[in-house]
Amino acid sequence: MHKLHHTMIEFSDSFHTAWQLLAASDSRLFAIVLLSLRVSFAATLIACVVGMPVGALLAVGRFPGRRVLIVLFNGLMGLPPVVVGLLVYLLLSRAGPLGSFGLLFSPTAMVIAQAVLVTPIVAALTRQVIADEWSEYREQLRSLGASRARAAATLLWDGRFSLSTAALAGFGRAIAEVGAVMIVGGNIDGVTRVMTTTIALETSKGDLPLALALGFILIAVVLIINAVAYAVRGWAERRWG
Amino acid sequence: MSTAWLAIDGLGLTEGATRIVDDVSLTLAAQRTVVLGPNGAGKSTLLRLIHGLLHPSEGALRWSQPLSQAMVFQRPIMLRTTALANVVYGLKLKGHAMDVCQRRALDSLAHVGLEHLAQRPARLLSGGEQQRVALARVWALEPELLILDEPTASLDPASSREVERIINEIAASGTRILMTTHNLGQARRIAEEIVFIDRGRIAEQTPVAEFFKLPRTPAAQDFLQEEMP
Repeated sequence: MHKLHHTMIEFSDSFHTAWQLLAASDSRLFAIVLLSLRVSFAATLIACVVGMPVGALLAVGRFPGRRVLIVLFNGLMGLPPVVVGLLVYLLLSRAGPLGSFGLLFSPTAMVIAQAVLVTPIVAALTRQVIADEWSEYREQLRSLGASRARAAATLLWDGRFSLSTAALAGFGRAIAEVGAVMIVGGNIDGVTRVMTTTIALETSKGDLPLALALGFILIAVVLIINAVAYAVRGWAERRWG
Repeated sequence: MSTAWLAIDGLGLTEGATRIVDDVSLTLAAQRTVVLGPNGAGKSTLLRLIHGLLHPSEGALRWSQPLSQAMVFQRPIMLRTTALANVVYGLKLKGHAMDVCQRRALDSLAHVGLEHLAQRPARLLSGGEQQRVALARVWALEPELLILDEPTASLDPASSREVERIINEIAASGTRILMTTHNLGQARRIAEEIVFIDRGRIAEQTPVAEFFKLPRTPAAQDFLQEEMP
């Protein structure tokens, strides 16, 4: 009973703290939230540019190893962030193959790690969407003489509203993960500290109100982005059918 | 146009244990041919084999000359864009320049009486209007052979008549027509020649007037009796 009471106080405290931080537009907090958004947006963008064409080609293409690749991408959707972080860390570290670029512990390294994490998700979800469209459009597109590559491009554009869900799933995964950015970013104050790594750090230091406050902001950001995307998608579907 | 344009030689398609198209040999010479037959007789499959959407298990198609083809399906497939862009899409795939595409697409939409809907999202048009956009899309390509798979099956009578009028106009421009339909009146109005197919086999190939007066085979007689009691 006492413990529950304690928890309730923490919750209301952290709501209060979150509100205070926001109201004061605390510049450190603002920088952390902004960096989170920038890193995850950039990673999602790269994942879409790479993953969507790959997903579409997996859906409509006919080449050896296609089934293996489909299973691989579906499997990689559940890639553990810490493992991705570790692999990118090894690539970017001084002794690694890309070490000479000096990217480790920079926001760029975080973007790379999250892009690697999210690309399979975007590709696998895109493949599902485009495969459904392909079964409907296949005969018509082939009858009109579209090559498979052309058909893939056509279906990517035609499925653009459904594909927004794939992008959102990727973004949701990117902004929520902590393991990969922690390892390759190093959680350096003012440089590579994002919402999730700050939450992890503040929790381990015992500053629960600040950690919870950031948690609420993180959830709010994700909800707002999803709500806006949902509204835009609904409007676009009514507009184009 | 009474010289043969396509000779079909022992065409067959087997799927699993089912012979969907069974040893079909047929010479097509008429400009307007309608394929009739009961449900599941293999009409659609035969059209898809001729169009090249399916590959036969055996047999061959012998074209007297290469013909540019287009096909209209029972359910029109519209891209999520305007009616005009849907027609342009078909032309663009043939490699025409953008201004040519635009002009011919608009002309074609005018032919089917839909120029006023050119800028409307195609998927929000009625079923009949979508099928007319599909017809505009193939008309713009000026194919030498137009294949239609039950193009009016899911349309109301008014839309059906409009689609039929368009098919007749396309035929009048010299395009060969090869289609299936469940509407016997439509078959009678469009066809010069009826190909009757039953359980994957060609039962008979008969000039239209003769077919509707007295078909040669019992299967076709039964079919007509059931469809027109």
